[in-house]
Amino acid sequence: MLDKLALLGFGPGGWGLALLQGALVTISIALATLPFGLALGLLVALGKRSRNALVRGAATLFTTVFRGVPELLTLYIIYFGIQVLMQKLWSGFSMPPFVAGMVALGLVLGAFSSEVWVAALDSVQRGQREAAAALGLSRRQAFRLVVFPQLMRVALPGLGNNWMVLLKETSLVSVITLPDIMFITTRANVTTKEPFLFFGAAILLYLFFSLVSAWGLARMEARANRGYSAFGGSTR
Amino acid sequence: MRWCEYPGLITGNEALQNYGCRMATGLGITLQLVAISVALGFVMAVPLAVGRLYGPRWLAATITGYTTFFRGTPLLCQLFLVYYGLGQFRPFWQEVGLWWLFREPFYCALLTFTVNTAAYQAEILRGAIQSIPRGQFEGALSLGLPRWKTLLLVIMPQAMILALRPLGNELIVMIKSSAIASLVTLFDLMGATRLAFARSFDLSIYLYAALVYLALVEIVRRVWDLFERRLTRHMALR
Repeated sequence: MLDKLALLGFGPGGWGLALLQGALVTISIALATLPFGLALGLLVALGKRSRNALVRGAATLFTTVFRGVPELLTLYIIYFGIQVLMQKLWSGFSMPPFVAGMVALGLVLGAFSSEVWVAALDSVQRGQREAAAALGLSRRQAFRLVVFPQLMRVALPGLGNNWMVLLKETSLVSVITLPDIMFITTRANVTTKEPFLFFGAAILLYLFFSLVSAWGLARMEARANRGYSAFGGSTR
Repeated sequence: MRWCEYPGLITGNEALQNYGCRMATGLGITLQLVAISVALGFVMAVPLAVGRLYGPRWLAATITGYTTFFRGTPLLCQLFLVYYGLGQFRPFWQEVGLWWLFREPFYCALLTFTVNTAAYQAEILRGAIQSIPRGQFEGALSLGLPRWKTLLLVIMPQAMILALRPLGNELIVMIKSSAIASLVTLFDLMGATRLAFARSFDLSIYLYAALVYLALVEIVRRVWDLFERRLTRHMALR
């Protein structure tokens, strides 16, 4: 049993370093996708509240599609789709899996987070915008200085949830050969024929990231709510 | 001519003509996988949620550990751990007579999806039960109902209405997640589509599969809306 554990170590024949690199790739793709997906989600949420019916329709179509199609399928369509399209322009093109993963996961995150943004936007009362307008702030300024800061507090739990889902979804990028945790452990399994050990290690790594994220998010929520405890809201 | 040949005929798409029927069979497997695992998951989730809320401390802690583990790790990783990882102990499973389960990718996927969705559904039910006002418990107890009857006749019916929407979302998530089963050599809708693409190199086959998944999800959503309207018709929502 102990000699098997050495396979996870850093010695000769150990996969420890490779696993750490895989973990780094997993975290990198999740962190790289996050701002892109959240910004897209906010944009789509604003689109859903647009006065232009065409923009509203497009935003709704976007969420319906990317919430309804399996992430794995989205990943394949983006990866192979862009590959085929770009090769028509330049035959030497090969799609970097990292970018494909980022785009696919970002689109899905955009669709899911837009729902959170919409609910948060609804929670900021009309009077806030009107007061900002009365103070002479432009619509853009009102959004940036008045609405957005209040938005974040309400949106945080939902967005935190989106982050946890994203973290787990990154495991799918292994199928387009991005060397994340799943990719490394699959390769280790092929070499060593110890699937239980390696997939067990992988699942514990993911669990660790999830627990750390949950802890961090709880702290962020406590911080975002710090001004509200006096009104009966909980800070913990 | 079978019905599954029509989509290829209508669209004139060669890959769809050749693989339409395989995809239809795959769709059947996807539907089986999702329907069985979500139903079994629900059966598991009810005692899990109740045990988590009203059970002794050790039981509640164990259930919390279970839900945290399955909700905190990717389904793909869980599936690989079951199919490849547990499949590694073949002599043991043969001895206890369970090798038939771990040998078949379908059963492995079914097992993984069931325990996974049970964890999510248990959390949904727990939240729903917790948001029923205390007064409902107290009222039932003061009427002399025993605890289990209070739960069964007073709390659960109200909690189920609250849980309805998130449970529908969970069903949709499972329809989408079931595509992962294709990665353990199972020819569900995704698996059949992957095969079709690998042989035809026709990218549009993925788009047709996406349309099928989209239709599935949309149907579930509409049906769930009907459910909800019917079950909440006694409440003055509007």
